[in-house]
Amino acid sequence: MSTLFAILFYFATLVFMVGTLYRISVYTRTPAPLKIPTTPAPTTTGGVVLRMMREVFLFESLFKANLWTWGLGWLFHASLALVLLRHLRYFTEPVWAWVAFIQPFGMYAGITMLLGVIGLSARRIFVERIRYISTPSDHLMLVLFMVIALSGLTMKFAAHTDVITVKGFILGLMYFDWQALPSSIALYAHLFLVAVLMMIFPISKLLHAPGLFFSPGRNQADNPRDKRHLSTWAAKLDSEK
Amino acid sequence: MADITAPAYRIIPIIPALKPGAMEGKGPYVASDKINEAIGFPGQLVEDWHDKAIGKMGELLSKYRSLKVYMDACVHCGACSDKCHYFIGTQDPKNMPVARQDLMRSVYRRYFTLPGKVFPKLVGARDLTREVLDEWYNYFNQCSECRRCSVFCPYGIDTAEVTMAAREILDSVGYGQKYSNEIIGKVHKIGNNLGLPAPALIDTLEGLEEDVKDATGIDVRFPIDVKGAEVLLITPSADFFAEPHIDSLIGYAKVFHATGTSWTLSSMSSEAGNFGMFIGNYEQLRTIAMRIRRAALELGVKRIVIGECGHAWRVAYSFLNTLTGVGDGADPNDHFATMLQKQLDHRYKQPMHICEFTWDMIQDERLTFDKSANDKHIITFHDSCNVARGSRMGDYAGGQFDIPRNIIKAVANNFFEMDPSTTHEKTFCCGGGGGLLTDDLLDLRVKGALPRMEVLQHVVDEHGVNFMACICAICKAQFTKVMPMYGFDRRMIGGVHQLVSNAIILSKE
Repeated sequence: MSTLFAILFYFATLVFMVGTLYRISVYTRTPAPLKIPTTPAPTTTGGVVLRMMREVFLFESLFKANLWTWGLGWLFHASLALVLLRHLRYFTEPVWAWVAFIQPFGMYAGITMLLGVIGLSARRIFVERIRYISTPSDHLMLVLFMVIALSGLTMKFAAHTDVITVKGFILGLMYFDWQALPSSIALYAHLFLVAVLMMIFPISKLLHAPGLFFSPGRNQADNPRDKRHLSTWAAKLDSEK
Repeated sequence: MADITAPAYRIIPIIPALKPGAMEGKGPYVASDKINEAIGFPGQLVEDWHDKAIGKMGELLSKYRSLKVYMDACVHCGACSDKCHYFIGTQDPKNMPVARQDLMRSVYRRYFTLPGKVFPKLVGARDLTREVLDEWYNYFNQCSECRRCSVFCPYGIDTAEVTMAAREILDSVGYGQKYSNEIIGKVHKIGNNLGLPAPALIDTLEGLEEDVKDATGIDVRFPIDVKGAEVLLITPSADFFAEPHIDSLIGYAKVFHATGTSWTLSSMSSEAGNFGMFIGNYEQLRTIAMRIRRAALELGVKRIVIGECGHAWRVAYSFLNTLTGVGDGADPNDHFATMLQKQLDHRYKQPMHICEFTWDMIQDERLTFDKSANDKHIITFHDSCNVARGSRMGDYAGGQFDIPRNIIKAVANNFFEMDPSTTHEKTFCCGGGGGLLTDDLLDLRVKGALPRMEVLQHVVDEHGVNFMACICAICKAQFTKVMPMYGFDRRMIGGVHQLVSNAIILSKE
């Protein structure tokens, strides 16, 4: 079983890294021929950076759109971020001080993350408009996060797992010195689904994460009169009369 | 046509329940062979439309980062789902921006993504069938490209870009829309969207000079094709004869007269509107815009000023520098742009909106007004979507909201705002933008005006508003047509420069 998981994680990491980098390279290479920033658009690059930070950390546009979706979405994402950071303790030896510091917060974040996902799921099921636009994969994505959170919380609060051995396994993966994984259904489920999540990242709507940074409506400075914006294929037209 | 009526106001603006299939149908009139071929599109639906359409889609995905990112990034969160005026007015779920995008995204997933190729049902992917193509034609002609949805999208996904891509694909397989393509043909052939030939235009302008002389006793000129004039005015051709548009044209002329600005129109480039944007075709967009460059070079003008027109201002402000070099900041080695930019006077923004021009003059105290001349009007301001969300004015973010309002307040005494959730960047489209201002879409236009009419009714009831000013030729035409269906006087809509025209004090010389 340990070998299977080792192979699975190497493979998942490869798919995640290569797939996501490939996507990003496609976005980078695809030109944006016209200036299309959406109002209220900053006029300077510094302004664009600030706007992007507000979108990434505060979900500014979503806040304007719908308070429920914003609240649940933000709760989910902020919790997920904390949970991910908390998991750094499995990857570092000795554990970095700030990672140690956030451990208790990360623990509660597991619970709030689950609440966020349940709320978002309920929206998808009960709000007519959202139900209409939801595909099976939209629901399944939330179920995936739900089970990951549940299996993780189970190991924390119900059926304890030998985290020292887990850490040994992960560090072993990182330094090519393979160690055994404790046998636990919750742990197997947790790790398997995380691997699934990593593998579908570059081929699913999870691409919204890198996508935001490449969205021309959000990442362009509003200065078309002051600087001539020209993409490669559009520039070629200039020579034709 | 007679059975088209306005929908009832919502008591409180709740999100409407879904009425699936409410706007199903064939869509607007399809362009004829002649119309399509005149602008280089296949005359009618080609045999191999399926492969051609998928091929075109692949091409657009590689040329437009917007489309590529927007196809991938949507998570179906629903933030946009209640933001479209056409959804609010029609309750058809396919008019929710996300659902409209999904008409294309489902096809994108099927042909361009791994999960869509392997598990189409799971991710909502579908083949491009004839039914899907017809659905595209119908629903992508129910989007006015107003970008309201994109303001609320957490990733900035702009349905306008998707609609443009869809129309571009449809045109490439010979499934174009009559209204837009016919107009594009006219602008190439005659020089403006309304097909007004140069002699008729010159005649109209002479008539206007007489009218203004009769009304004011002053010789206000409407010059055309004057070489060496300082300002080239590019304005929507509706300004030349449609009501209430023409009153704003008179307003611009009076501002130029009162400030002693030498200006000219161009008979070759007598149109600010650019329907190339509506159909998402870069070549058309560029070719139409190039007429402005040619006119500027031929007439040797120092400044380019654009009249009251929403999408024309978006094209001018956001795209003209890219398309034609009208603007500033070109690379020194960029000869195409620098040859024009050297000619222009960069103490002023290029191009400049007529409202920026007028507001600058007001600030310089070069204009005087008798505000009481507008006392019969109790005014509100409708932010036109393309000005609000596709462009800017002045030298700071948000200038496009302040400057027209500043002008109104400088020339009139009674001004009231509408509900702030429907103004500034959250403004609603008039319901007729984006190439939909045609009578075969009147039902859609009337329903799409609902959210604006509701909040207008509010200020009418509360403050006795009797005039809604705007700065868009399409808004003016659309509201003139649909406002009577909501029980308003058609003369309630007018331009900002119509108010300027009423109040401006002209000197005799």
